[in-house]
Amino acid sequence: MSLSPTGALRHSGNLFAMALDVVRTLPRRPFQAREFIQQAWFVASVTILPTALVSIPFGAVIALQIGSLTRQLGAQSFSGAASVLAVLREASPIVTALLIAGAGGTAICADLGARKIRDEIDAMQVLGIDPIHRLVVPRVLASMVVAVLLNGLVSVVGVAGGYFFNVILQNGTPGAYLASFTTLAQLDDLWAAELKALVFGAIAAIVASYKGLTAQGGPKGVGDAVNQSVVITFMLLFVTNFVMTAVYFQVVPQRG
Amino acid sequence: MGVEICVEGLTKSFGHQVIWQDVSLTLPAGEVSVMLGPSGTGKSVFLKTLVGLLKPDRGSVTVAGRDITKLREHDLYEVRKLFGVLFQDGALFGSMNLYDNIAFPLREHTRRSESEIRRIVLEKMDMVGLLGAEAKLPGEISGGMRKRAGLARALVLDPEIILFDEPDSGLDPVRVAYLNQLIVDLNAQIDATFLIVTHDIASARQVPDNIGLLFRRELVMFGPREQLLTSDEPVVRQFLNGRMQGPIGMAEEKDAAQVEQELAQIREPTGTPGSRPLTPRLLPGPGITRPPRWEAIAAREAELQRKEVADA
Repeated sequence: MSLSPTGALRHSGNLFAMALDVVRTLPRRPFQAREFIQQAWFVASVTILPTALVSIPFGAVIALQIGSLTRQLGAQSFSGAASVLAVLREASPIVTALLIAGAGGTAICADLGARKIRDEIDAMQVLGIDPIHRLVVPRVLASMVVAVLLNGLVSVVGVAGGYFFNVILQNGTPGAYLASFTTLAQLDDLWAAELKALVFGAIAAIVASYKGLTAQGGPKGVGDAVNQSVVITFMLLFVTNFVMTAVYFQVVPQRG
Repeated sequence: MGVEICVEGLTKSFGHQVIWQDVSLTLPAGEVSVMLGPSGTGKSVFLKTLVGLLKPDRGSVTVAGRDITKLREHDLYEVRKLFGVLFQDGALFGSMNLYDNIAFPLREHTRRSESEIRRIVLEKMDMVGLLGAEAKLPGEISGGMRKRAGLARALVLDPEIILFDEPDSGLDPVRVAYLNQLIVDLNAQIDATFLIVTHDIASARQVPDNIGLLFRRELVMFGPREQLLTSDEPVVRQFLNGRMQGPIGMAEEKDAAQVEQELAQIREPTGTPGSRPLTPRLLPGPGITRPPRWEAIAAREAELQRKEVADA
């Protein structure tokens, strides 16, 4: 990527143009069901295990932090409520984002980049097939679906990990932990988190596809593209996360 | 019947670097044309501009009455169905075996039944001599086979125009000869417009109706084969003879004084340039029924041969 300001602007412009193309191409028939299922399966297979393995210690860290914080504040009875809230609202979308971008996005970017430098994408265009419709749209949809499902997985594993560490290791009371579950958290938190995951999945796949399809300069170009796609996705995801959280607090009334 | 491609005032640059400018030529319908040029003169870029993969800075490319450079994306995909393109390394889809690769355009664009697709695919595979390799993956076969498979895929939608991006690079001389024969046979059979981009002089001498030469950011010459083969233009002669002496240097080009000096040193073969014997043209193989155009070419070749024998 060039460091000139116009270069950066041009890349952002092209990225958004492609995002718009994806949205515009979305309803076009025939829907690439086969590619969609293959990609969904592929993205899921590279993300499920690392996600589960990351969310256990993540839930544990939150449980440890909140456990000691609530003890200091004298509010042990709220430790369950607080840790559920933290896992559901922030931890699970962020873990999902990291894994979707880090495992799913890189795989998509490397795959499309390799096709690009082997002229496969050009060949496809010459055969009269739009790579956005044939390759990018199924990947974006697959990544969105898998992100939503992963978010559910992370929530469950994170809450379970939190319970284990709080109750077993920090000698919390199981009853109090479970009873306070819904004092702060509400169903809207879950929906908001799922929505975040959906958007994160779309962003990760679009950035990865854009970087992959614009890769140039041989095998090294593919490596660079993958590297840049991870960096750009992370930046975009954290900004989007902040904006969506801020909007959420404005729109949805909070308990308590 | 093939389609004419009319290129006018085409200019392309990347950043400040001009690749070529003001290229104007007409590829006559149904004929075989060759675009020659030293490495790095933007031959592949030219080819990609013809199919609309790259947008030129200026100029127009008219195919079947439509200007490719001004078409909307959607219409562009329609016009591209007229084209078959053989990319340098075949550009096969790495995740599919040869059969699926060649069947891919049919499955995407037509509603044919699977048995009909099978018939067409096997016919094209037979044409390029790949029968029996249907289940192989592109990674498992040689470069020559990849090229032939890429050609079969380009042929499968019965294109009106076929573009070849260096069909002979990386192949041994025998395979190049077979491929040239295949190209000539194909032209006689399907009557499409052919454009071959290459720097192989031997092929350029034998195969085409027309030759063009790109050098120093412009089209030096484009015209009938005889005209270029007998041309006195220093660049054309240097390239077609594969000599070191002349305007083309190792690093793109040389200064004028040096060129003058080198050209003065060359001893031209005796006789006027016009009488230099032309390389005989490659004709369609014996099993191929020749359309009237090829009948005329064959007759002319036979005539020339007789004259040469008489002269000797």
